[in-house]
Amino acid sequence: MKASAFSYARASSVANALELLAAYGDRAKVLSGGQSLLPAMNLRLISPELIVDIGELNELRGVVVEGDIIRIGALTRHVDLQRSLQVAAHAPLLTEAIAQVAHPAIRNRGTIGGSLAHADPASELPACMVALNATIIASGPNGERRILGAEFFKGIYETELSPQEILIAVELPVPPKNSVHFFDEFARRQGDYAIAGLAAQAIVEGAMLADLRMAFFALGNRPVLAKAAKSLVGVAITPAVLSEASAALVEELDPQQDQQASASMRRHLAKVLMARGVAALLDRPDLNRGGSA
Amino acid sequence: MTGPVAIALDINGERVDAHVLPRLNLADFLREHLKLTGTHVGCEHGFCGACTVRVNGDIVRSCLILAVQLHGASVQTIEGLSDSGEIADLQAVFRDRNALQCGYCTPGMLMAAQDLLKQQPEPDRERIREHLSGNYCRCTGYQSIIDAVETTARMRAGHRP
Repeated sequence: MKASAFSYARASSVANALELLAAYGDRAKVLSGGQSLLPAMNLRLISPELIVDIGELNELRGVVVEGDIIRIGALTRHVDLQRSLQVAAHAPLLTEAIAQVAHPAIRNRGTIGGSLAHADPASELPACMVALNATIIASGPNGERRILGAEFFKGIYETELSPQEILIAVELPVPPKNSVHFFDEFARRQGDYAIAGLAAQAIVEGAMLADLRMAFFALGNRPVLAKAAKSLVGVAITPAVLSEASAALVEELDPQQDQQASASMRRHLAKVLMARGVAALLDRPDLNRGGSA
Repeated sequence: MTGPVAIALDINGERVDAHVLPRLNLADFLREHLKLTGTHVGCEHGFCGACTVRVNGDIVRSCLILAVQLHGASVQTIEGLSDSGEIADLQAVFRDRNALQCGYCTPGMLMAAQDLLKQQPEPDRERIREHLSGNYCRCTGYQSIIDAVETTARMRAGHRP
């Protein structure tokens, strides 16, 4: 189908875009790469009155490392993140995850800000923001606001952003040297939305995990930072410890049922991902025995 | 703001000036306004890849870009790639290998395949599959398409097919 008619404004600055949003409120939508917004409009799931195109605001583009913070502009495309040496050096989880985000032609247009603001619970980048303990920066009528990744996502296509705000950047803490990461997902076809996925960031000390952030996606109405992961920190991990943690994990998940998978299949896949993740993070293949999908 | 918007862009090396409604996507602009009907429209929400074209050198879904977003851009369609001879060898191998039947997906497949071959001269089959993963073909079962891309890569690298 085709999108219904709308008015179009090419924003000349963030301030200009905010003025338009202030006037139109939730009757307006912000267009960056358009790879989530335009499908939704073509399917007539949404019919905004005004499109505010921020695509030419080059000040919102690019990756900068300052001290122990990586700042990624909202308009940075997936392909730019994928090729960024700074992202590969300081946030390799993101580099790995991006390869699973849709297909090359989509990654050439889609932006990190667009993906996060769209907040599809089955998409990869929101979960990475939660795992990496990102801060999301929004600009609005009252100035800038900083929101923790774990608090930003509220539900299916729902975030902390108000209709008058624009997501302008994300900031990631540079992980310490002994950090390791894990990313995996199940999907019907390379690049499709996940049936179940896991983005994890950890600190390893000796044979133990000193910190572990496991963000599961497509397993609830938003990325889930697993509380069950806490029981794997600072202890010697045995198959029994891991199995207790994965039993606790499925208790805190509330996955959807759809044409791709039942809720119980998704819970099962979450357990498989947890076992694969812990085994990979600690380089302990023995912990992944029996972890078949 | 609801009315037509003036845009100027480069399409296959020619400057095009037009007035377009904001809701018009690039695929329809190419097909309906410019009669460049080699770009095919399949799903209109980014799944099938039949509408793949190049914008500023990168392959994109033309159903997921508005024509108004392309003021000042450079667009290359399958007609441009075909007429310039850039993909003549790839097209010939597609024919030889039976890498098309109905032909609906073929312009998008050629666009995506050429994009890969420009980035990586000798990709293995897994890499070819990955790069074409966003393009649906309902006829061939994909094997012959992968064969054709692999063969073209080998020929361009100076090997025998």
